[in-house]
Amino acid sequence: MHNKSIAELSQGLAAKQYSSQELTQLFLDRIKQHQELNCFITITEEQALAQAKLADQRIADGNAEPLTGIPIAQKDIFCTKGVKTSCGSKMLDNFVSPYDATVIDKFNNAGAVMLGKLNMDEFAMGSSNETSFYGPVKNPWDINTVPGGSSGGSASAVAARLTPAATGTDTGGSIRQPASLCGITGLKPTYGRVSRYGMIAFASSLDQGGPMARSAEDAALLMQVMAGFDERDSTSVDQPVPDYSANLNDSLEGLKIGVPKQFFGEGLNADIAATIEAAIDEYRKLGAEIKEVSLPNQDLVIPAYYIVAPAECSANLSRFDGVRFGHRCDAPKDLTDLYVRSRGEGFGDEVKRRILIGAYALSSGYYDAYYLKAQKIRRLISDDFKQAFSEVDVIMGPVAPSVAFAIGEKTGDPIEMYLSDIYTIGSNLAGIPAMSIPVGLVENKPVGLQIIGNYFSEQRLLNIAHRFQQATDWHTQAPEGFA
Amino acid sequence: MSLTAEDVNKIAYLARLGINAEDVDAYAKDLSGILALVEQMSAVNTDDVLPMAHPLDQEQRLRADVVTEQDQHELFQAQAPQVESDLYLVPKVIE
Repeated sequence: MHNKSIAELSQGLAAKQYSSQELTQLFLDRIKQHQELNCFITITEEQALAQAKLADQRIADGNAEPLTGIPIAQKDIFCTKGVKTSCGSKMLDNFVSPYDATVIDKFNNAGAVMLGKLNMDEFAMGSSNETSFYGPVKNPWDINTVPGGSSGGSASAVAARLTPAATGTDTGGSIRQPASLCGITGLKPTYGRVSRYGMIAFASSLDQGGPMARSAEDAALLMQVMAGFDERDSTSVDQPVPDYSANLNDSLEGLKIGVPKQFFGEGLNADIAATIEAAIDEYRKLGAEIKEVSLPNQDLVIPAYYIVAPAECSANLSRFDGVRFGHRCDAPKDLTDLYVRSRGEGFGDEVKRRILIGAYALSSGYYDAYYLKAQKIRRLISDDFKQAFSEVDVIMGPVAPSVAFAIGEKTGDPIEMYLSDIYTIGSNLAGIPAMSIPVGLVENKPVGLQIIGNYFSEQRLLNIAHRFQQATDWHTQAPEGFA
Repeated sequence: MSLTAEDVNKIAYLARLGINAEDVDAYAKDLSGILALVEQMSAVNTDDVLPMAHPLDQEQRLRADVVTEQDQHELFQAQAPQVESDLYLVPKVIE
């Protein structure tokens, strides 16, 4: 049952083979059986069963939508009314959101059932889920390894079949890299496609929410609910939402795929390179034409990102002041002491590093040399993609330079950890959509293929991913003990 | 660009961010490493490049100046560490 696709589960619910309450209980039981993975920060059992009961009524009334009665889980970065929303931080350990994020609202309106809130790197800053205040998440393919991050709880839970699908957010690779390391399908949409309202901000010009599922077909169903204009998000894009499931089976005949040579240089594991090349060959069989393209400023994506993202982070996280919500230190002696100690106690090491870098890059005398410079480099990186998309329809390459690494292996060296996102950060800086789909195993650990598209090409990306998943079965493979 | 312990303490104060005294050297080392990494950017000539603040060339949306939100201060203040008479309490600021 837990291996069924969302479309299959939806059919089963419609045919009354089982109720949403039964389905929800089944996944709640799996979550409790596999607590060793540490995927969830909060399990919302009572609310889930109440939502499932309402969904069953809605199905009986004939008012069901595709996700009505389907259990899903939410990254703990999305505000959920009346439910703890921690963002993986001690700072928000006591925070019960007074409102719902737009994404949550939309899932509620669609009749989806929320199983709980998923573990993540603190404030989405990390690539291994090891910066969480609630401890690391384990990768079900090998519990001694990380699931990737920051949406590590989401990726691990979907891979372990603890939930049919989940939400994630992606600022520099936080949907795609964990999707790759856990062998699932993840989509980072075009910036502005999914509302950021109620999605706790890390770097506001980069953050974007998206679906994480076991197949492109399932991801399309989630994307349909998540996407759309929201007047409560000032950077939401007012453009019609296409039917993401409508063109999944379109032919790939004549599709032009660009392969950037800069994605296959030093630093990429050779077995991963071979796996990615084999996946691209599969696309050749499906009728695509392969062409080399160039992203000449690819070596500048990490430098530009590690100024832009921390700068925006230091501004966004200034709201955590110990006054209005979140952690407050004991017995502050004056206002400065209140700020300094509340923030010092509430934030972990990686968040502090990024606040410090950001505050430094924005400080008087350094703004032009760092922040303005990084914004100019960001333009060059974005122009590289524009140039590439004048020649090809999509770009393909690896998602991450390595498969899942051991817990603790990279925590001592922040820069080593940052390199995990070397292939994913570019699309965040440009604001374009990108996916990760599983295309093979190296050392019995999943490898993800990255498919990058032009602005608002999510429908085409899902089609391209789906056709691969019709021709191969990598996306159906489950980690041992979780099938 | 290498940061000293003194630099770190100064930035931490600007960010009102408490750091344990015994961790300052480690932060200085990590932050210096990150600044060395981003230093690559300075080799690129960007004289004629327009800074990109935002991925989409959007204009700020405007809306009619009408009230759209309800007063929910009691709900929001229920989250606050210390509130009295609808006011957030902080240590005394004015002598």
